[in-house]
Amino acid sequence: MVSVRSTTDWLYRYVVFPVGQMLIFIIGAGLVVSVLAYLLAFLFPEPRPNIILVDQINRQLPGMLIAGVSLGFVYAMIALGYTLVYGVLKFINFAHSEIFMFGSVIGFEVMRRLDDTGYMQGWNPILLVAFIVLWAMLLSGLLAVLIERIAYRPLRGAPRLVPLISAIGVSLFLTDAVRAFQAITRNEFNLTYPTIDLPWLKNPIPLAFGETTVNVRVTSIIIIVAAVLMLVAMNYFVNGTKLGKGIRAVSQDMSTASLMGINVNYMISLTFFVGGSFGGAAGALFGMNVGTVTPFVGFIPGIKAFTAAVLGGIGNVTGALLGGLALGMIESFLNGILVYFPALGQRYTDVFAFSVLILILIFRPSGLLGERVDEKV
Amino acid sequence: MRTKRFVVFTLLLVVALALSATLVSAQDAKVIKIASQTPLSGPQSVLGSSMSNAVALAVEQLSGPLAEAGYKVEYVPFDDQATPDVGVANANNLVNDPAILAVIGHLNSGVAIPSSEVYDQFNLVMISPANTNPRITNRGLTTVNRVCGRDDLQGPTGARFLAGLGTVSSVYVLHDTTAYGQGVAEFFRVEAEAQGMTVLGFEGTTEAANFEGVIQPILALAPDAIYFGGIYSQTGIFINQARAAGFSGIFMGPDGTDSSEFAQLSGEAGVGTYYTSVAGPASIYPNAAQFVADYNAKFGEDPQPFAAQSYDATAIALNAILEAATIAGDVPSRAAVASVVRSTTGYEGLTGTVTFDAYGDPEVGLYYVIQVGSSDPAAWGGNTLLETLEIPSPFKVLSDSMMGG
Repeated sequence: MVSVRSTTDWLYRYVVFPVGQMLIFIIGAGLVVSVLAYLLAFLFPEPRPNIILVDQINRQLPGMLIAGVSLGFVYAMIALGYTLVYGVLKFINFAHSEIFMFGSVIGFEVMRRLDDTGYMQGWNPILLVAFIVLWAMLLSGLLAVLIERIAYRPLRGAPRLVPLISAIGVSLFLTDAVRAFQAITRNEFNLTYPTIDLPWLKNPIPLAFGETTVNVRVTSIIIIVAAVLMLVAMNYFVNGTKLGKGIRAVSQDMSTASLMGINVNYMISLTFFVGGSFGGAAGALFGMNVGTVTPFVGFIPGIKAFTAAVLGGIGNVTGALLGGLALGMIESFLNGILVYFPALGQRYTDVFAFSVLILILIFRPSGLLGERVDEKV
Repeated sequence: MRTKRFVVFTLLLVVALALSATLVSAQDAKVIKIASQTPLSGPQSVLGSSMSNAVALAVEQLSGPLAEAGYKVEYVPFDDQATPDVGVANANNLVNDPAILAVIGHLNSGVAIPSSEVYDQFNLVMISPANTNPRITNRGLTTVNRVCGRDDLQGPTGARFLAGLGTVSSVYVLHDTTAYGQGVAEFFRVEAEAQGMTVLGFEGTTEAANFEGVIQPILALAPDAIYFGGIYSQTGIFINQARAAGFSGIFMGPDGTDSSEFAQLSGEAGVGTYYTSVAGPASIYPNAAQFVADYNAKFGEDPQPFAAQSYDATAIALNAILEAATIAGDVPSRAAVASVVRSTTGYEGLTGTVTFDAYGDPEVGLYYVIQVGSSDPAAWGGNTLLETLEIPSPFKVLSDSMMGG
């Protein structure tokens, strides 16, 4: 009897609750931006001749929502790396965007090697995606641990600006190291993922929403499913295991944690491994979705994910998820709607997205969920 | 301690004197340098490196007459990284080397325009193999020339071709926000509207990887064709994602599409893409067969588009330097070289006959419409040439009409 209760309790705490939370965030963010979009359509019914904004929004709404969710999950996964490290060491690991890039390049390397040996086409695609993501996670996680050992640990007692500068240096180094490596070994700059020759994987799935049909890419669905699975696992790791408890203890008070017999250096390395492997997984999934990556691909998603972490409340794991989804959704809607405004257009998407960020931070300086300090990791 | 420091100082002085002596003696050997500025690193390096290789080949093969006259020709490649500030910084460096008498470059108009302002201040001649933006020559700089066509003629060529297909009534125009991409897209748009097509959108994007947000509104507007004024590193990725998202219409781009890397990036999605170009594949030029063979023997791959143009530009520069040197009886001044280059008439190059008009444009430009035939990058040279058009430069049209009138 007790074990049944504890099983349902476990399921609730580590599966139902986090998945429900994600659903609420998605629906909430989707609702808010949809309402704003229709409000805009009400204010500017015909921004350009022959363009009725409401009709365009109706037609694009499902597509924009799905694009927003898949983009948002990528941002959320990268944002986790920023927020975990901030929670423990109280500094921004600016090299994290390069961990993301590294993961995407590892994904390319693994897939290309499989393709060259001819094994790839015979594999089950789901197994293949899992295999590639696991490699990217493992190597990116190890790289993050290595960076911490070399570039951050010797500076642990130094003023906070010093590791920040070190992080920027590591970031520049990694970009050009990968560029040099690819130039020497493959003489390629644009790294194109090999394609899997399966019709159901290549062709988008048409989904009918009323009168409109939306083509959903299978890779978008893969990103969303993989991200949900990994975020659930992450939540369990941080909140349900002894190691997670150790990380939380170190983030609350490093010296007291070490008095309690917790190996602080080990916990910090572990934090970097977890954050780095999430960044790497996001990179590999991103690469499979967009098809081509370069050694410079990390910068923009890195900055946006950092923004997402700040938006959600840096140091807060749930906040990173919410911030990522909110930013992805805002960006996707702005991309879809700004097109119809003459003299504006999509190149102003980031201006508006970051204006929203500034507005939110003016009213909530510690981010959307920043005040619940007790849940900080 | 003091004596030790003195000894070190003296040694340094001796080394410095020896170095400067060798430099002076090097100048005595009458060295003439040809510089190039193209992107040798980064996303556009496939085109840029090939252009640089072609210049190196031309210097190697064609500097014989100058060597006989007692001049040693050297080649200095610069990497402009397809970035305006890097191009200008390189320009400021290379104008200070008095041995550099000509620059071959750039690939990107947005880099060439500010860099050529620097060259012009020092009377250094630039011959561009690839820059198509009208402003390159419209500024009336006496040092700036090009062997290729212009975007105000190339963009409309694309629009007229699409109109001629008869199946395209609406088009969505994208560009990369650079001087080149936005310029050619605007000329395309104007002509597309003049031809009676509806332009559903005109958007600039600097996105390099994830075009999902750009594609959403395009799918909702469902245009018959998309025109993307940009370079293959963007357009190849874009069409790959647009096809995956369900776009099934026609895709067209300007000469920035023209690289085997486009096939590499777009794969099956890029097959059937139309592009206009001011540079046909080297294989269509009757005089270029030997060039292709030599290039292949030296660099182990086929030349990319604009390689043959780079070879021609270098040849024109070398001819002009020889002529100016013969007149001067010594290493000629930069201004003399520039004026001889401008007076080039009827030069028989690999890519046709070049005569510069008063603005440095070729009097008659060649414009091509080509269709991508295969997803295999190695088969890029086999793309189908659909149309070849000979269009006179605006100045030529003007001067002819004045003569006629």
